[in-house]
Amino acid sequence: MEALLDTLGLAEAASLLSLEPPGWGANLLRGLVNSLQIALGAFGFGLLIGLGGAYGKLYGGPLLRDLLAIYTTVIRAVPELVLILILYYVGSDLINQAATAMGYDRVEISGVVAGIWVLGVVQGAYATEVLRGAIQAIPPGQLEAARAFGMPPLMTLRRVTIPAMMGFATPGLANLWLIATKDTALLAIVGFSELTLETRQAAGSTRAYFTFFLAAGGLYLLITLFSGVIFSRIEKWARRGQPSLREGGR
Amino acid sequence: MSDLRALLIPRRLFLMALFAGFVIWCALSLRWDWLPQYLPLALEGLWRTIWILVVTVVLGFALAVPLGLAQAAGPWYLAAPARVFCTVIRGTPLLLQIWLLYYGLGSLFPQYPWIRGSELWPYLRQAWPYAVLALTLSYAGYEGEVMRGGFASVQKGQLEAARAFGMPRFTIFRRIWLPQAIRNVLPTLGGETILQLKATPLVATITVIEIYAVSSRVRADTFIVYEPLLLLALVYMIIAGLIALMFRWVENRVPSRRREG
Repeated sequence: MEALLDTLGLAEAASLLSLEPPGWGANLLRGLVNSLQIALGAFGFGLLIGLGGAYGKLYGGPLLRDLLAIYTTVIRAVPELVLILILYYVGSDLINQAATAMGYDRVEISGVVAGIWVLGVVQGAYATEVLRGAIQAIPPGQLEAARAFGMPPLMTLRRVTIPAMMGFATPGLANLWLIATKDTALLAIVGFSELTLETRQAAGSTRAYFTFFLAAGGLYLLITLFSGVIFSRIEKWARRGQPSLREGGR
Repeated sequence: MSDLRALLIPRRLFLMALFAGFVIWCALSLRWDWLPQYLPLALEGLWRTIWILVVTVVLGFALAVPLGLAQAAGPWYLAAPARVFCTVIRGTPLLLQIWLLYYGLGSLFPQYPWIRGSELWPYLRQAWPYAVLALTLSYAGYEGEVMRGGFASVQKGQLEAARAFGMPRFTIFRRIWLPQAIRNVLPTLGGETILQLKATPLVATITVIEIYAVSSRVRADTFIVYEPLLLLALVYMIIAGLIALMFRWVENRVPSRRREG
């Protein structure tokens, strides 16, 4: 193994990336875990907002619908970086004001929570649109049948709406998940030590920019490719009852 | 006319009044005294943002056409690299790509004396060529995938008809294939261009002074947090709105027959 690395001229890169302390591999992996944690949290938080938003847009009153339209339009027109800064300052200001009002000291907000809150609000706007489209694609007869049998709304959601829309929503949600993993890199700019910032610190202190940035790129790419496999399985599972569109079309 | 009437419903009037109240509150109770001092810099930054956006969209699209064509109809030795390029660009964060090019190439170039001595060196020492390169490659990667779909969805019969009339291959491409592919992807293209606008503030991290960097400088100099950020968000919303309007105008001008059946 070492001889192979030597002949390829990669021995230096391998020692820089090794997991033991002189190498920076452990730092990169810690950053990766942080990134994944935030991406998962933000994706989940975004899904909750999206489900609420989609229901509001479809069944809510006119005022609620207008407000949701403003929310999704504004979030999708302003760069994520600017939103992250605004939401970060607004969130920490609100929490600190609440804390001082209740007689506590100012609190430091952990980077993970801030990242999940900020990216979750951004993801929620996109998830609203994805889920709204998916719910609309459900044949209306299915929801009417559930209502006709007297199913309570929450049970309809759990037993009919969510399973029936999964197939339509999965491609859009897969895209959103990939956006979430890549958007975590933006938190590097507010100083949160996720994968990209750890990489930059490692690269900056060893001057081996190519090695570290390429390694981090490889890690991100692995997440992307792996998620692609998972999501195509989920989609296949979610569409298991539906006839394939392949035949007949085209 | 109907657009205007849709705005005159009581609840929308109420929302607009609320919004106007918010704007007035912003104007009166927030601090704007920094604005005159930074206005020239902000205009310069705005100009640079738009310049970067236009240049990278045009160059990126020029790159995306061969990328899409190679994937849709090329032989495997062209299709495979094009697909790998698009996957890598779409699978890694843009910020990482920008830093890889700026810090990586930027630390590599000075090691070669012939690069230092070349005519291009004064440009390579600045940050903006790296910013333009990274954003161009990114747009090309996303758009290459879109153009693949655009090329693939042009109906075969049209190309066969052109061939049957003895049109040379390049003329077929120029007159039949490319215009229809672009027409197919126009709606997506508008959305992607807005995404590209939202990617431009990332180049502020490699010291290109565009509009986002100006707002950061105001924040750092004066410790005023919300005012520059709100104004910045408004500026981006206006540009995004203009891009959307422009693409809608182009879409309406292009004669199109909605696909039936």
